[in-house]
Amino acid sequence: MKIDAIKNGIVIDHITAGCGMQIYNMLGLDKLDCSVAIIKNAPSLKTGKKDIIKIDSHIDLNLDIISFLSPNATVNIIENEVCVEKRSVDLPERLVNIIRCKNPRCITTTEQEIRHEFILSDRAKREYRCIYCDTKANP
Amino acid sequence: MRNLINILDLSVEEIDELIRVADDILEQPEKYREVCRHRILATLFYEPSTRTRLSFESAMLSLGGEVLGFSEASSSSAAKGESVADTIAIVSGYADIIAMRHPKEGAPIVAARHTRVPVINAGDGGHYHPTQTLADLMTIHHEKGRFDNLTIGLCGDLKFGRTVHSLIEAMSRYEGIKFVLISPEELKLPSFVKKEYIKDKGIPYRQSTSLDEVIADLDILYMTRVQKERFFNEEDYLRLKDSYILTTEKMKLAKEDMIVMHPLPRVNEISTAVDDDPRACYFRQTYYGKLMRMALIMKLLEIQV
Repeated sequence: MKIDAIKNGIVIDHITAGCGMQIYNMLGLDKLDCSVAIIKNAPSLKTGKKDIIKIDSHIDLNLDIISFLSPNATVNIIENEVCVEKRSVDLPERLVNIIRCKNPRCITTTEQEIRHEFILSDRAKREYRCIYCDTKANP
Repeated sequence: MRNLINILDLSVEEIDELIRVADDILEQPEKYREVCRHRILATLFYEPSTRTRLSFESAMLSLGGEVLGFSEASSSSAAKGESVADTIAIVSGYADIIAMRHPKEGAPIVAARHTRVPVINAGDGGHYHPTQTLADLMTIHHEKGRFDNLTIGLCGDLKFGRTVHSLIEAMSRYEGIKFVLISPEELKLPSFVKKEYIKDKGIPYRQSTSLDEVIADLDILYMTRVQKERFFNEEDYLRLKDSYILTTEKMKLAKEDMIVMHPLPRVNEISTAVDDDPRACYFRQTYYGKLMRMALIMKLLEIQV
């Protein structure tokens, strides 16, 4: 399968296979006017399979979303078809307004305009906890 | 300005200081009768809790202060859809200190972000209840005379029982503590509480579904009620509510100096016949709670006598 190289834009590479669509949705890439390609289950030497997202424009990305869903992903900045910067992401210590607490007893289910905040409680397990009710959240 | 959301907001030294003040109030109540004159406590109770609310109000009145507030959400602006943030911002202008109970977990954290006066968490859902823990600690201090080298049995609803979680957190900071966790499978202690405050601290513990099997080992038996309001499904509540009932027969198996505590209200988990046993200290516990709330109000209002 061949997808053209982008001239100026961003390539999110090494996304955990199966997470590409979720990252696409959570980053709001469906709202962009430029070309966006999602490649699922591309061959990967490291992990066997990976997803890739190519965005044919320079936009601000919320890296916390990418690192939360796929901590091994890399973000490559492309200018004139050349990768000028390669950023690796790391699990953020804090997630703000990225996910919502699933505990029906949590104040976030009723309070208006509240910040949905989670803190990293166990890096090895990629486990976060709601700062309000301590309920666990995983990608 | 300080708030009290979780018992761990207070250091061991601060708890010792609160106990010293509470002891002094017990000895010389007249010394404290006017210390909060012209100060107002707002009790914002979004769910009913007669005892905790009255304890706070009695504490403030005994310090010479005034009280205002509401005792259920339906009689507050919450019924019109007002947010906790807005209510707190407004009440901050009416009172010098706020005690708040809310059925949603984490509501006091929202309150603390929007308040201009100290906020005390008087219980948030199944989450924290730090002033009950202060009452529990004062009870242990008075009835056992120490906080270390105790085997503490926690019995009943360990899953939703917020007083249990807070007591475990508080007691896990002392030496020589052992926990015995007695509950049906469905109401076991949440794994994160067990991990963070028992396992990770290397504290010995044992889990049992039988009170009879373990009661002889205990220095403290902390009974809890299976709370109907924490269940979404009435069938589950009915199936589990009578899991453990403490009777005079069971008390015969316990040590002579074991104490029985309960955050109250009880339904039927402690037979009324046990009330006459000198080891039953749950009614004294409520009085200790009032003294600790008096000490806490003074601390947060930075009043020294």
